[in-house]
Amino acid sequence: MKNRRSTRRSIKDPRGESILFRRRALAGFALIVLSLCLLLSRFVFLQVMHHDEFVTRAQANRVKPRAIPPARGLIYDRHGVLLADNVPAFRLEVVPEQVKDMPALLARLGQVVPLDPDDLDAFRKQLKQSRRFDSVPVKMRLTEDEIARFAVNRWRFPGVDVVPYLIRRYPQGSMFAHVVGYVGRIDVGDLERLDPKRYQGTSHVGRTGVERSYENVLHGTPGYELLEVNADGRTQRVLETHAPTPGKNLYLSIDVRLQKAAETAFAGRPGAAVAIDPRNGQVLAMVSVPSFDPNLFVNGISQADYSALTGDPDTPLYNRALRGVYPPGSTIKPLIGLAGLETGFRTPQDTVVSTGVFYIPGQSRGYRDDQRGGVGRVDLVGAITQSVNTYFYKLAMDMGIDRLSQFMGKFGFGQPTGIDVIGESSGVLPSREWKAANFNQPWYPGETVIAGIGQGFWAVTPLQLAHAIATFAGHGVPYAPRLVMATQSAGQAAPTALTNPPSGPSLIRKPSDWDVVNQGMEQVIYGSRGTGRQLGIGFPYLMAGKSGTAERYSRKSDAYETNRDTAYLATRHRAWFVAYAPADNPQIAVAVLIESGAWGAQAAGPVVRAILDAWLASHGGVLPDAKRLPDATPASRPAGTPPVEAAPEDEGAIEDLPVSDSARGAP
Amino acid sequence: MIETLNVRASRFLRRMFNRPRIDMPLALGLFVLALTGLVTLYSAGDGSLGLVGGQAGRFALGGALLMLVSRIPPSVLRGWTPWLYLGSVALLVVVAILGEGRGSIRWLDLGVFRFQPSELLKLTTPMMVAWYLHPRQLPPTWTDIVAVGLLIAIPAGLIAEQPDLGTAVLVTAAGAFALFLSGMAWWRIGALLALVGGMIPVGWHFLHQYQRDRVLTLLNPESDPLGNGWHIIQSQIAVGSGGIFGKGWLHSTQSRLDFLPEHTTDFIFAVFSEEFGLIGVAALLALYAFIVGRCLWIAMEARDTFSRLLAGAIGMSFFVYVFVNGGMVAGMLPVVGVPLPLISYGGTSAVSLLTGFGVLMSIHANRKMHI
Repeated sequence: MKNRRSTRRSIKDPRGESILFRRRALAGFALIVLSLCLLLSRFVFLQVMHHDEFVTRAQANRVKPRAIPPARGLIYDRHGVLLADNVPAFRLEVVPEQVKDMPALLARLGQVVPLDPDDLDAFRKQLKQSRRFDSVPVKMRLTEDEIARFAVNRWRFPGVDVVPYLIRRYPQGSMFAHVVGYVGRIDVGDLERLDPKRYQGTSHVGRTGVERSYENVLHGTPGYELLEVNADGRTQRVLETHAPTPGKNLYLSIDVRLQKAAETAFAGRPGAAVAIDPRNGQVLAMVSVPSFDPNLFVNGISQADYSALTGDPDTPLYNRALRGVYPPGSTIKPLIGLAGLETGFRTPQDTVVSTGVFYIPGQSRGYRDDQRGGVGRVDLVGAITQSVNTYFYKLAMDMGIDRLSQFMGKFGFGQPTGIDVIGESSGVLPSREWKAANFNQPWYPGETVIAGIGQGFWAVTPLQLAHAIATFAGHGVPYAPRLVMATQSAGQAAPTALTNPPSGPSLIRKPSDWDVVNQGMEQVIYGSRGTGRQLGIGFPYLMAGKSGTAERYSRKSDAYETNRDTAYLATRHRAWFVAYAPADNPQIAVAVLIESGAWGAQAAGPVVRAILDAWLASHGGVLPDAKRLPDATPASRPAGTPPVEAAPEDEGAIEDLPVSDSARGAP
Repeated sequence: MIETLNVRASRFLRRMFNRPRIDMPLALGLFVLALTGLVTLYSAGDGSLGLVGGQAGRFALGGALLMLVSRIPPSVLRGWTPWLYLGSVALLVVVAILGEGRGSIRWLDLGVFRFQPSELLKLTTPMMVAWYLHPRQLPPTWTDIVAVGLLIAIPAGLIAEQPDLGTAVLVTAAGAFALFLSGMAWWRIGALLALVGGMIPVGWHFLHQYQRDRVLTLLNPESDPLGNGWHIIQSQIAVGSGGIFGKGWLHSTQSRLDFLPEHTTDFIFAVFSEEFGLIGVAALLALYAFIVGRCLWIAMEARDTFSRLLAGAIGMSFFVYVFVNGGMVAGMLPVVGVPLPLISYGGTSAVSLLTGFGVLMSIHANRKMHI
């Protein structure tokens, strides 16, 4: 028998298989009927044995869960001054499924509580996006009067209710609008990217600034409550509450006092200032002038207010510190000089004769120095002190554009600094590759020459320049700038500091190179021919700095010759001043830009000084780890000499430059 | 040339409509089921005719595909099988690489419409298993079982990775039923089941957190009152309050007052149970049993191994839908997105199910002739 079977197995046996299949199909069917009986028995269990219980539960099914949105984390400055607060408010909400005729309801509701077109627009948009049984806000921030009037008429509006909520308020107003940013109503676009579970019941989300980039930290986890509702769906009482977890509080590294001092010093002139601690990348102040009131945006800005902001010629909504790009002018000369030393093209002793005009060998076109006739023979320290163009023209020529842009790129130019808010511009680091990619043209030697003094294609943001100066001041150790210093969970006593390790090893190979450049920048402040020589007076610690006056228009344009007085010059120039202090142990680096200042040191210098004074005052006027100057007036300045007005300096002197600076970058 | 083509096409169409090669009992069962679906949908959708009309349109499209597929003889289908299988697996790989979908990646955007390749595998996987076993000596040896296991595991693994556990289970079940029907020895089935049972703790480790949550929620629905736990509780209340005779058509309170979520799609069975009671449930389950039984009958009558296994597997995996969905609604099984076939609102599943029944019709038309 066994033998026969094995021989039969070698060939296919359709008949045997058919029988086998029939048996299996019957077994399968039996299995299925058995499973269906099991399922049916479960229904018997529910529908017969426990029928009464479920009928009772269905009739008593008046319990609906509702999400409780978490309180948004608060935002403080580095010393605990409140920058973003939550205040209680009331809003009107509608549950769409309980409304038969929405337009009629809105019309009737409008007679009780005034609804303006902006409210209705926002409501209709959100109505389309939400489920029918989720309530949709119609009007935010009800007044006492409106709440009272609605309460009296409430019976007329099934499905409409007054709901308490927390609204964001920015007590510092416009001072932090460009840093903290603001929250706005959740819209269609947000609904697609947000996790619906985490945002149940939440009406606002971070739009710009820290509010946006730290959304995940600021927003907590929602809780829920079980509500008893009546046949209209109105809440009768709360049965159970499971509290939400509030979002974490944030501590910015910014000091309100510095921010205030900077803003005041601008006196309304459009510009930007950024102060960074070179030891850890913490941003100590970040100002963009003019600014706006972020509270306007929280509940949806009215059309009139928005038009006023967008129509303002000084563009208050524009974050100049982060997005504005400007030619850096002479402020980058110290770094170009450092490049010369580090790449071995210059020693500190090498000198250049400044005759007033610089020529590329074999070309007739001249590149001007700022002082007619030149300043004679200067070394690197002298060239930085007096901002001698010729020295840097020649240095740039000798190094070549490739080495120059490679070195400057390490200091963060031409790329985002990696600050912890979104939206920063990359600016332009002049290079062969950049020009080929953007203009599809080869590089010309003349462009290398003007790149040496921060003109030409150069474009930097105030943040980038502050970051570069801070990196230099910190002896070349780069840190990504950080606005948020620490976070704090609810119930946690002390905030937890966020770490910010350096983004790489020091960029400076020889410490002696740093000393030379630092000496030049000190001489800018204290040297008898320094371009910022009145700025250090009365400051008890060593300062180092550099001025910059970048041209907006070419000297070839007619506009240049028509009117040469100072007021007119101001409209053509970008005034920069960068500085750090104390020079023997740098703890703060500042970059200030004024969009239309005549001369860098004159216009932007006092703003830098105001920030440094406020910073020193916030330390009680005493820095234990830096050398205090013996006298309020530095020894290097001849006593009794009255402060001299800063000499006109570094007018970029670009003959035949075909493209005006205003054509690029500037807003 | 074009004329002959025209003539041939029109002849094909005429034949299709004059002599539709369909099995009347099965077609009748499906028709009654679809009708039940539309009636329930009308009530569950708060009397929305748009919803019912849309679903009826999908049934019409599915019916047309059924007719079309029923014209393809099983032998031709068998010839195409490896290519269909490889093609659909390739599409799964494409989805894994560039598909889109919120949270899980299941869809392929073809510009005009979005398309879920895993739906194809519900048909091509049992086809491939049947194709593989067709020329072999049955019952299958261990070698065959391992080969078939691989044929199932590749698509099922890719789908589970999307992650879409519901579809992965259905695809696996479809393939496994073909293997079961091929006569795999009982002791081997037992050994395999024991192995799978032993793997459960390991598999638990590979589940996504939300999938684990669903299983845990089943054990303790109160733990998740805003999500699946809420679904489970509300669904049981709806079912239980229906009683033996139900509250009557259009009189379900739980879905009407919006306590029952997803009441037109995954939880439509709860609405049905509330309105038509235990009697309605028994009748509906009997109708499903009849359809599955008829499928197995067609399978027994089939001419060759391929047709037999395929018809049986399609019929039995149809039952898996019913069991998983019914179990979910009654609170026996975790919440997975498996629709109640031909009752739940939703196009993809209705169309693909009816296409599968087209294959059954074709197998029936090419059955063994008794002399």
